[in-house]
Amino acid sequence: MTARTGDSFLLDDPGPLIDALHADGWRVIGPRPGDGAIVYDEIETVADLPRGLVDEQEGGHYRLRESGNDRWFDYVVGPQTWKKWLFPPRQKLWSAIRTGDGFDIEAPPVDFPKTAIFGARACEIAAIEVQDRVFDNGDFADAGYSHRRKNTLIVAVQCARSAPTCFCASMNTGPRTEAGFDIALTELEDGGFFVECGSDHGAEVLDRIDRRDADPAAANAARAVTEQAAEMQMRSMPENIAGLLKDSLDHPRWAEVADRCLSCANCTLACPTCFCSDVEDINDLSGDHTERWRVWDSCFSLDFSYIHGGAVRRSTLSRYRQWMTHKLSSWHDQFDTSGCVGCGRCITWCPVGIDITEEVAAFAAEPAEPADAGGLAT
Amino acid sequence: MKIHGFEEILAQHPVFRDCGRDTVDLLSGCARNEHFRAGRTIFSEGDDADKVFLIREGDVAIEISAPQREPLIVETLHTGDVLGWSWLMPPYKHMSDARALDDVRAISLDANCLRTKCGQNPELGYQMYQHFVPHLAVRFRALRMQLLDVYGTRKG
Amino acid sequence: MAQDPMLPRRFRVKRVWKELADVATMELDPIDGEAVPFRPGQFNMLYAFGVGEVAISISGDPADSSGLVHTIRNVGAVSGALANVSDGDVIGVRGPFGTAWPVAEETGRNIVFVAGGLGLAPLRPAIYHVLQNRERYSGLTLVYGARSPDDLLFAEELKSWKSRFDTEVEVTVDHAAPGWTGQVGVVTIGLDRMLAGIDKAEVSAFLCGPEIMMRFSVMSLTAAGVPEERIWVSMERNMKCAVGFCGHCQFGPDFVCRDGPVFRHDQVSRLIAKKEV
Repeated sequence: MTARTGDSFLLDDPGPLIDALHADGWRVIGPRPGDGAIVYDEIETVADLPRGLVDEQEGGHYRLRESGNDRWFDYVVGPQTWKKWLFPPRQKLWSAIRTGDGFDIEAPPVDFPKTAIFGARACEIAAIEVQDRVFDNGDFADAGYSHRRKNTLIVAVQCARSAPTCFCASMNTGPRTEAGFDIALTELEDGGFFVECGSDHGAEVLDRIDRRDADPAAANAARAVTEQAAEMQMRSMPENIAGLLKDSLDHPRWAEVADRCLSCANCTLACPTCFCSDVEDINDLSGDHTERWRVWDSCFSLDFSYIHGGAVRRSTLSRYRQWMTHKLSSWHDQFDTSGCVGCGRCITWCPVGIDITEEVAAFAAEPAEPADAGGLAT
Repeated sequence: MKIHGFEEILAQHPVFRDCGRDTVDLLSGCARNEHFRAGRTIFSEGDDADKVFLIREGDVAIEISAPQREPLIVETLHTGDVLGWSWLMPPYKHMSDARALDDVRAISLDANCLRTKCGQNPELGYQMYQHFVPHLAVRFRALRMQLLDVYGTRKG
Repeated sequence: MAQDPMLPRRFRVKRVWKELADVATMELDPIDGEAVPFRPGQFNMLYAFGVGEVAISISGDPADSSGLVHTIRNVGAVSGALANVSDGDVIGVRGPFGTAWPVAEETGRNIVFVAGGLGLAPLRPAIYHVLQNRERYSGLTLVYGARSPDDLLFAEELKSWKSRFDTEVEVTVDHAAPGWTGQVGVVTIGLDRMLAGIDKAEVSAFLCGPEIMMRFSVMSLTAAGVPEERIWVSMERNMKCAVGFCGHCQFGPDFVCRDGPVFRHDQVSRLIAKKEV
């Protein structure tokens, strides 16, 4: 019987699903151990998955270790995000060749095979949806991003565990995702997987594998998994902070956090929603052939705000303030959503362990004086 | 031809317009008519600052010269402006040159006369400063902006 | 926009001439496709082959579709390459982008333009529009400040505007050599004087120039009684993409490339005097 959106099934292990994806022509990108962490790279077989591994995360701390069992997905998010694939660190925008009469421009075709993202967490799906709004802002749409998104299938994994750095529950982005996936897997406590079919594409893939229908008991068991992941979260983001931060631009706390911040940009690299980019014009030695590339950038770099004469944000304070107020306040004005999905990566990967939830709590504990109207007085 | 008394002329000048009649009458005792043709020097750096000028008509250039360079016009004053503030405090000497750019008609108030009257009549003194200082403040702020050289380009 | 917004279109330099020692104006004709109409205040990203792109306001007449006009000052590698093009050279153009001076919405009012330095260039299209539709506005005043007489942009046009009976023009410089018979002083002095003679409730002001100059001019305007919601400024920030993807041009929550560069003053008043925003 063919699968339909909304149906749920049971699977023993993820192997057949990966094989089915390959058989259906999908490149599979998923989690695998690398460089001491869980990274996102091509998955050839199920053996590539980081079965039996789990992470230890805290502010400025990440370790990967054996879990002592053979569960598949107890680790949570690592330093990489799916933007590595959907919004790649380097993209060629176009190339041009000098001609006798000027130059010719050529836009390269987007080179992106149909790709299955295998193992996306709720926070990550939320982050992809946040970036969707960035790269199609109503006036302009990035053709490359749209193409990659259309050719991406998402297999979600509902989290069974939260790291101490996770706070998706307070951001309403997880640990359970109800939508945004083609297929979702929940690793049940007693083993095996509860499988949700989220779309027609998902159904097509699921039709290729042997599966059993799921019963209500399994559905309840699946729910319990993500509920206990939510309950174990130790950090949370206060509500309604967009206005608070907007009014706190002169708060003394900024100086305090700037004292610790190295402006190393790790947080922006690890963040799944950060989207800032730069453009590079690269010429060959003859000077007749040039390429324009889009590359990841960070608001923490001194050059980021440079206009003729100097940078607008010269101090670390101003750059940290920019990052945090953009992520948690301005984003709402720009895209009607928070820029933060509560994945906690910025906490883990900050070399000095700056904790965005702790900083917000500090602002909330001592609100600034009401701001005067823009400093028009002499 | 009606000859305007100094009282009337002073009362119409923007700086003293809101002064009381008594103040204006007192001040007019220190007043005289002045006329400078285009190009004439009104005062030079180092001169005794023995007068303050209320410009009724015309344009005045404030210039500063230095060795090895052309003199620089740092400010121009126009109808309704007050020329000269060095008379307010010792050493009562002008710090720049002032030159008429076109036909300039002004009323000058003798500085000695003014300072004496202000000394005898504190209320007059207070009124003088109350009306004079805001004018200076506007020029001070403007000069700060000139100092910033906002139009200057820095190559980057 | 059907065309990929990151892909430049080629334009040929029909004519280029020097305005000042480091400033050039060029007239451009499209090679690929038709010229796109623009609104006064908008900008293009201009591309010099192999060097890069820079955001430059359009400085020509919005009613004249015969060519695209840009005025560029040499302040770096890209602007230097563009300011030194020759007739016949090909450059890339993306745009027009951004918000415009509300010339249509402010008909009937007394328009006061306050320009500083190169800021006269992004205002010129709006000045042209008001001049050509002069009967639809109750007044036209321009206060323009530059560093010195040698830095006065569009000097001949300034003189011809000044000679009109329906237009008030005040030009001032920060300093001058003797021989200059015009004003020396900041724009706010001239602005205060111009405002003294008009009904402030009728004024709509468009400001473009260094941020400090615009802030001080806003103070003069509001102190004189011009309503804050009738003052517009043109903001400038680092621009790379001009379409809201790269994040560089953010000024608080606003993207200068999409929510600006022309902002009504009350949109930016909260942040414009704050340091390092």
